[in-house]
Amino acid sequence: MSQQAPLSSVNDFVVRFANVNGSGSASANELFARAVLRHGVPVSPRNIFPSNIQGLPTWYEVRVTEAGHLGARGGGTDLMVAMNPQTWDNDVAGIVPGGYLFYDSTKPMPSSKFRDDVTVIGVPLTAITNSTYSDPRQRQLFKNIIYLGALSALLDMDPKLIEQLIGEQYKGKEKLLSSNVHALHLGRDWALQNLKCPIGLRIRKADKVGDRIFIEGNNAAALGAVYGGATVCAWYPITPSSSLAEAFTNHCKKLRHDPDTGRAKYAIVQAEDELASIGMVVGASWNGARAFTTTSGPGVSLMTEFIGLSYFAEIPAVIMNVQRAGPSTGMPTRTQQCDLIACAYASHGDTKHVLLFPEDPAEAFEFAAAAFDLAERLQTTIFLMLDLDIGMNQRLCRPLKWDDAKQYDRGKVMTADMLEEGRDFGRYLDVDGDGIPFRTYPGTHPTKGSYFTRGTSRDRYARYSEEGAVYADNVQRLLRKFQTAQDMVPRPLQANAAKPTKYGVIYFGSTAPAMDEAIGLLEARGHQLDRLRIRAFPFHSSVASFIAEHDFVYVVEQNRDAQLRQLIVNENGIDPVRLVPILHYDGTPITAQFIAASIGTHQDQIKVTPLRKAVS
Amino acid sequence: MTYIAKPKFQHPGIKKNALGYSHRDYEGKISTLCAGCGHDSITASIIEACFELSIEPHRVAKISGIGCSSKTPDYFLGNSHGFNTVHGRMPSVLTGANLANRELIYLGVSGDGDSASIGFGQFAHAIRRGVNMTYIVENNGVYGLTKGQFSATADRGSKSKKGVTNTDNPIDLVGIALQLGATYVARSFSGDKKQLVPIIEGAIRHKGAAFIDVISPCIAFNNHAGSTKSFDYVREHNDAVNRLDVLTGRDPIEIDQDPGTVQIVEQHDGSRLALRKIDADYDPHDRLGAMTFLQKHAAQGQIVTGLLYVDPEADDLHSHLNTVERPLNRLGAADLCPGQSVLDKINASLR
Repeated sequence: MSQQAPLSSVNDFVVRFANVNGSGSASANELFARAVLRHGVPVSPRNIFPSNIQGLPTWYEVRVTEAGHLGARGGGTDLMVAMNPQTWDNDVAGIVPGGYLFYDSTKPMPSSKFRDDVTVIGVPLTAITNSTYSDPRQRQLFKNIIYLGALSALLDMDPKLIEQLIGEQYKGKEKLLSSNVHALHLGRDWALQNLKCPIGLRIRKADKVGDRIFIEGNNAAALGAVYGGATVCAWYPITPSSSLAEAFTNHCKKLRHDPDTGRAKYAIVQAEDELASIGMVVGASWNGARAFTTTSGPGVSLMTEFIGLSYFAEIPAVIMNVQRAGPSTGMPTRTQQCDLIACAYASHGDTKHVLLFPEDPAEAFEFAAAAFDLAERLQTTIFLMLDLDIGMNQRLCRPLKWDDAKQYDRGKVMTADMLEEGRDFGRYLDVDGDGIPFRTYPGTHPTKGSYFTRGTSRDRYARYSEEGAVYADNVQRLLRKFQTAQDMVPRPLQANAAKPTKYGVIYFGSTAPAMDEAIGLLEARGHQLDRLRIRAFPFHSSVASFIAEHDFVYVVEQNRDAQLRQLIVNENGIDPVRLVPILHYDGTPITAQFIAASIGTHQDQIKVTPLRKAVS
Repeated sequence: MTYIAKPKFQHPGIKKNALGYSHRDYEGKISTLCAGCGHDSITASIIEACFELSIEPHRVAKISGIGCSSKTPDYFLGNSHGFNTVHGRMPSVLTGANLANRELIYLGVSGDGDSASIGFGQFAHAIRRGVNMTYIVENNGVYGLTKGQFSATADRGSKSKKGVTNTDNPIDLVGIALQLGATYVARSFSGDKKQLVPIIEGAIRHKGAAFIDVISPCIAFNNHAGSTKSFDYVREHNDAVNRLDVLTGRDPIEIDQDPGTVQIVEQHDGSRLALRKIDADYDPHDRLGAMTFLQKHAAQGQIVTGLLYVDPEADDLHSHLNTVERPLNRLGAADLCPGQSVLDKINASLR
């Protein structure tokens, strides 16, 4: 045994479960995370999985964090629950010195397979399950609950809280309920009788969760679509967005059927490809329904021709893009923020599109609902820019809220009455100076208000025209409309450092929890930073002023090419030297340690030779 | 692209339909296609069919893709909303539009390039979903707007105007539509208005995916010797299986020919299709039979026209999805938003 003392920590450590895909471990692992939450201790779990269904490795990492740091911690695992022989060597190597290794000790393992600087905890899981259950499926499933029971003893958890969770999960299914509780105690009792419990890592009851909820971003965005009044959803399966459309389907089944007739107040079509899904969205929105599609990078690539049509013919569309690592097929089950440029300027010709950047499920809910108001108000495509990290992981966030007094903003729609009154209808006529024209729904009036929608150039009254001046007039109005969008989209949120500082940092989306944590780490190193979290494109004027107020601004993002920085430089005419890129793009979620280390290094250099002095 | 305004004058004695509209009320802008184009005859037949059925013009949504055929919705039903979408993507846009408002009539206009080449997938999937629509392909076997390239419906061995022989096998959209479950399948010829008008009327009255392939010679690029889509070729090789009359409520059923050759088909909306059969053996309710009949005649170099298949009990995508009667685009927050009380329960279940 080495000199390394076993880790000792209460409510602040990382547990990683290494499993085989398809073994039923996911629900047991989630049960563990929720059980910690029931102790009043925040957790931040992450699924790490390959692009396969069965047989390949999958991991579930739970960061237990009383301090409430919801970003990935990085830096190795404190307690490895090694249930997959295939990944054993790497899993064991990933344990921090002084950490713990939990494994199935039914079959003896050579000592060379272990490390002498970690505490090894063997539980004969297979032996226990085989002596209790005869059905192979039961053996597999209950093995997961048995290790959960053993962990509850090792980490000093309150078994009643876990039983309560199992009770909620299997309410009305008494047989399943009692057998799960039984399995839990099998593991727990074995550990209590045979092992030294608890170990150095412990869960202690706290009061740090409050009224927060635990939800996946895709699920929250789907609820946002329900609350935002979406009635048509056309989609094509693609990781990591499929669970969004599926969640929408499930919510609609419960919430959107007429109580009297049982009929559906929604239409969901799984299309043949992404071209068809966006085509259906455009057709439905043209005809006055609120419609959306869910996709990821490759799907956006396919949709671009229609996105250009939506922009130019001014048809609302909502695209929920759950980003994954590109380019091409890239890493389908890994996270990145890599589609900003692709979405902001999607399609040929001069185009610009509105992007929304939620930081967590709560904002995914709000922005998803808001996207439909924005799409109809602005009559263009709105992208909800999620990513795998937010979309497919449960995240602790504030409860979802809805203002019951809120009415949908259906935008500028000319009705039969307005046409009857003799209002001048020009489909592309800028009547209010905001660049937004009126539209009519098909079938509105027998003789007034019809027009021909096309992707070709046309005049203010929707009449085909290839005249240069007419074309220019139209595309300049589209720019005015984009300017109008600036003040309609969610504004950036600024948080200033405790002391005045010349340095700032800009970030967005799923980087937020890691950034919040990094600020603390940087302050500890003596670096003060003002923060600006961008929540939408086009950028509000406060982005330019924030940059103007600071000597240097770090732009932290999860892609190789500093896409947000490019957008800021391009759209605001900022000197690129003032924006320092901090880039994380290996497909794992960005960590506070990474941000603090990268910014810290830069800050240390600036302190030595400020650029201003160096160049003057 | 119309440069000449149509005069609005109507003859006082002009024929009016049940709604008091004349056929002039179903017209659109002046066509910019080549003089003599088969597509203009189809446009005239669409106008005639809508007039005869007394459809309110503004209750039709005209949706097309890209190409000569897809330009035609500008030339009929000037008071309807039209949508000239993206090449090959009319079916998806029409599907979405139909989902948003089930009360309008959806007329999809496409061409052979638009539906058999770039949009083959969308054509197939809209048909198999049973979208309630009239899907017309104006089929000339050639790319007109880009000046005469072969399309995927061009027959093997047919010659282009430049003398090039097509070596690829043709796609028969009618055969595909039958296989994919279209519930109303017909083929006609742009030059045979008597046959085409009732076929369009029957399709509009049909509840489900109605597909009509209309052979429409391209007088600029596909009307020469060696072409199998020319006026002369089609007239010589046309084999009509039946002639159709569409009888709406106000028409008495007249059986003016030998009763043994007339078959009445009643559709969902109460309209009746009277099939005056030319081929006594032909049964328009037999999908498999229709496919065999089509193949046999194709092998003999014959183009079968008429109503080839109809399922009078068809249903559509809305019935598959069990959507409410009220169009989805008319539902408001009160219908759609479950409110904070439901959200409170959802929040509670997530702790």
